[in-house]
Amino acid sequence: MLIGRPAEIPSREITDPALYASRREWLASVGLLAASAVRAPIRQDTDDKPTPYDVITTYNNYYEFGTDKDDPAKNAGSLRTKPWTVTVEGDVKRPGAYPLDDLLKGLPVVERTYRMRCVEAWSMVIPWMGVELGALIKKLEPGTRAKYLEFTTLADPKQMPGLGYRVLDWPYVEGLRMDEAMHPLTLIATGIYGKPLLNQNGAPLRLTVPWKYGFKGGKSIVRIRFLETQPKTSWNLSAPHEYGFFANVNPRVHHPRWRQDQERRLGEFFKRPTLPFNGYADQVASLYAGMDLKANY
Amino acid sequence: MAGILRGDLGADPVKTLTHTTGLSALVILLVTLANTPVRRLLGLPALVRLRRLTGLFAFAYALTHLAIYAVFDHRLSVGAIAADIVEHPWVLVGFAAFVILLALAATSPPPVVRRLGGLRWQRLHNAIYLAGVLAVLHFYWLVKADVREPLVYGLVLVVLLAARWRPRKGRAHGPAVAERIRGN
Repeated sequence: MLIGRPAEIPSREITDPALYASRREWLASVGLLAASAVRAPIRQDTDDKPTPYDVITTYNNYYEFGTDKDDPAKNAGSLRTKPWTVTVEGDVKRPGAYPLDDLLKGLPVVERTYRMRCVEAWSMVIPWMGVELGALIKKLEPGTRAKYLEFTTLADPKQMPGLGYRVLDWPYVEGLRMDEAMHPLTLIATGIYGKPLLNQNGAPLRLTVPWKYGFKGGKSIVRIRFLETQPKTSWNLSAPHEYGFFANVNPRVHHPRWRQDQERRLGEFFKRPTLPFNGYADQVASLYAGMDLKANY
Repeated sequence: MAGILRGDLGADPVKTLTHTTGLSALVILLVTLANTPVRRLLGLPALVRLRRLTGLFAFAYALTHLAIYAVFDHRLSVGAIAADIVEHPWVLVGFAAFVILLALAATSPPPVVRRLGGLRWQRLHNAIYLAGVLAVLHFYWLVKADVREPLVYGLVLVVLLAARWRPRKGRAHGPAVAERIRGN
């Protein structure tokens, strides 16, 4: 499959230099990815105005820190993200327990501004930075039987007060089919607005899949498994008729409680139409050619 | 509520307004239902004068709640609202609770009460219990997974309903009905 990339970069797509300066500062200060020699081309993926930083960092669904939108910002201070280890398991040639810096070493840092559409019918626009998941997968060298990836979020009751209430079956687990995981839009995000991720946004590393509902983006990942069969994912286990494994943004398939053909962009009063695959259909629809998207919601 | 007074409605102002007005309607509805048990418990018959007032406030909040939903979620499109009600049980029960409150509010002025007659008025206004149940169900169904808050309101409702139940002596509707009619 060929992914079209813009041939040239219009000036509206160039990121504000101040943001760039702060990004370099940050890179230098944490040393994370500092070894990476390659700079991927700058690519904005939407003309939409980014949601303000303070909204992105105070309006969160991160149930390990509480179920209200403002709970994660209030409670996530107790999460310790240094040191951080990610365990890589399954059908993969380089399994192991990787310190975060080692896991991401040598991978090109990318910045992408993506729309984020929550299944609850609200949306944001987030300037992410991170690495393409596909680059990480290639580095880890999957085996031939690996058809799916499973991502597990930390579940430590000492750091995460929300775990005391079993609103979901902890730990939080998400998953992708291998071709979805390899898609260049799919990111392992480590920052927003040129700054490292805050705990409430899933520090120190999280999944970002812009054409799927937000809950697919597992936060604070501690384990990545390469699997032959489709992993069991948290919301799907919790309410199978409401949340599917694929969870592609689809204005024609409604959630039992939320219509999905429109959404409220945070900061706006009226709703706007929701686009198939969250507006990324030209890049990802071919992944699902021939699939019944009503049955595979 | 304090946020609204400060002019700070958070990241999703419409959600804040919808939630606050809906929750206020439910709480004031429960306060209205608490009137009779509290009145009897404290021996303060004069409290009944507050019952119509709080009931009308509950209706006013429910009306505001519905208006915000109709304007901002559906731009007053009757077709879209009707489709939403038909497709989603939780919207349907919320709307049903509103229709009940509308009927009760419309029949609350004293001249209307007199025209209806006490017994018929009482029978109609017993529907407030159903409105309470529907309102709690509306809240319960809209919550994604953490149902603790709606369950608390459900529990309050059950306690209030239980407080109304008294072993009946002799005829079913004697003194209680007379008392309520005097109250109005």
